[in-house]
Amino acid sequence: MSVARSHRRATDDPAWTKAVIIGVVMLFLALVLVLPLVAVFVEALRKGAGAALAAITNPDALAAVKLTLLTAVIAVPFNAVFGLCAAWAIAKHDFPGKAFLITLIDLPFSVSPVVAGLIYVLVFGLQGWFGEWLLDHDLKIIFAVPGIVLATIFVTFPFVARELIPLMQEQGTSEEEAAVSMGAGGLTTFWRVTAPNVRWGLLYGVLLCNARAMGEFGAVSVVSGHIRGLTNTMPLHVEILYNEYDFVGAFAVAALLCLLAVVTLVLKTALEVAQPGVRGRGGH
Amino acid sequence: MTISIRSIEKKFGRYPALNKVDLEIADGELLALLGPSGSGKTTLLRTIAGLEFPDAGQVLFDGEDVTFASAAARRVGFVFQQYALFKHMTVAKNIAFGLDVRKGKDKPDKAEIGRRVEALLKLVELEGLGKRYPSQLSGGQRQRVALSRALAVQPSVLLLDEPFGALDATVRKSLRKELRRVHDATGVTTIFVTHDQEEALELADRVAILNKGQIEQIGTPDQVHEEPETAFVCGFVGEANCFDGRVGGGRFSAGALQLPASGLRDGSATAYVRPHDFVLDDAGFEVRVDRAHVQGALTTVNATTLDGRPLEISASRAEAARFAGTVRISARKAHVYAA
Repeated sequence: MSVARSHRRATDDPAWTKAVIIGVVMLFLALVLVLPLVAVFVEALRKGAGAALAAITNPDALAAVKLTLLTAVIAVPFNAVFGLCAAWAIAKHDFPGKAFLITLIDLPFSVSPVVAGLIYVLVFGLQGWFGEWLLDHDLKIIFAVPGIVLATIFVTFPFVARELIPLMQEQGTSEEEAAVSMGAGGLTTFWRVTAPNVRWGLLYGVLLCNARAMGEFGAVSVVSGHIRGLTNTMPLHVEILYNEYDFVGAFAVAALLCLLAVVTLVLKTALEVAQPGVRGRGGH
Repeated sequence: MTISIRSIEKKFGRYPALNKVDLEIADGELLALLGPSGSGKTTLLRTIAGLEFPDAGQVLFDGEDVTFASAAARRVGFVFQQYALFKHMTVAKNIAFGLDVRKGKDKPDKAEIGRRVEALLKLVELEGLGKRYPSQLSGGQRQRVALSRALAVQPSVLLLDEPFGALDATVRKSLRKELRRVHDATGVTTIFVTHDQEEALELADRVAILNKGQIEQIGTPDQVHEEPETAFVCGFVGEANCFDGRVGGGRFSAGALQLPASGLRDGSATAYVRPHDFVLDDAGFEVRVDRAHVQGALTTVNATTLDGRPLEISASRAEAARFAGTVRISARKAHVYAA
């Protein structure tokens, strides 16, 4: 740190304490975050870029990429709309059962993803509550795309709502009251006053939601059935390849997932730079 | 627009915010709702605006019952405590909002809205700032934007919640004059909430003083200052020395301080004497001067009675030298209230 001595503040610790703490954090980050990330790319390219590229363009891998993107494309908008509605209801209004709803929104964070997957198997599976009815009507949910989408929606449920609730609560209701007192209706007030005030928070929540939707393993693993080329998402495909000792393939697909995550993080950082107000809110 | 408030009651949970409030506001009047925090003054203002609905009672605009009419239907202009400007809109868009959200033939065309916005910016002396965002304005400028935004819908009544609360002293003073000027120019019935008695007394035609959800007194600034009807008003409006004592045989006594108190029953009572109502008087009671300091045209004297009660006297600058050691004073005017 290049802080001049005359600018030392009372809360500043001695230089050596600072150095030790920063050093420990850096070492920890290098060991736990950077090293594995580097390893993924090194392993993927172990037999050259051609082998990695072949693994990614393999039809099963491409199918997994497509399924992952499809899942995200359905789950993220759904949760964005739901999250916006829920946050609006919770932050701007008082109603009975509000505390319960807040707890409910947090449920996917507190429940293990595997349990989340099992819930859907229990409800929609062959031996489940609606199993026979679904079979009679030739509807497939478990071991099919709808199940994967449902499980992903469940797991990524809280991201947008959690991001927006504190933001909206902090903003209070006076701007809405001002709009209403000038004759604006409910919808006009929402679109012209409430929504623009939370657009950056919303985008941030959507990015986080998207990252998780593409990366979800546990819940999706339970409901997917792991059918190659049909119900395999990218994380599941990585696991299959790895279990088959196809390390280059596994790490190549993993590297692709990492790249998606990196893109998300870069977007998120760009957002924070552009709009310093949106930084890390919410409880996760 | 005349406004009648008829025995309004409002509870928040079990806490009564307004308790049978009655108030008549004349057309074109500038009225202040003055009271300490928690007195119900903001709740009353929001009830008039239609942002809060009473548990009982009526609100009448020009004799018409609007108790449960929406804020929009009442055509009120409301200036919020922290202004509540739309952060993501320019000043001009903020002011135009109320016109812009109208539908069908009620909505003026773009050129007309532009003209109205320009006229309002001129009224509050913010010409040329229409393209700025609220974050690029000073506190006083934001206040003016909030005021012109409220006026844009040509409201039948203008309501302001602590309009100068967030501003520093000099800006506050100039904006007070500004509000008076805008009120006189538009003639719109105006009600504002404040906890600052100086602001209320300087600006308003009439002042309503609230305490614990009830109106203690309504009157001109001079009336509430010179003829306070209750002990609360006397203590809250203007400065006063407070003496706890007893009334006996039509006289109030607290130690050496003796005051006429005709018409009051015997028993314990409280007397209030304004600092400027204490005068040097050889026939008066003795006080010991602790400190006398000249402040502009006035001398402020801190003194103690012989039985140990502190009091403050306000005298002219020329009298400063006479307040030294022990002096005799009397009260030329006092307000005595049965406890």
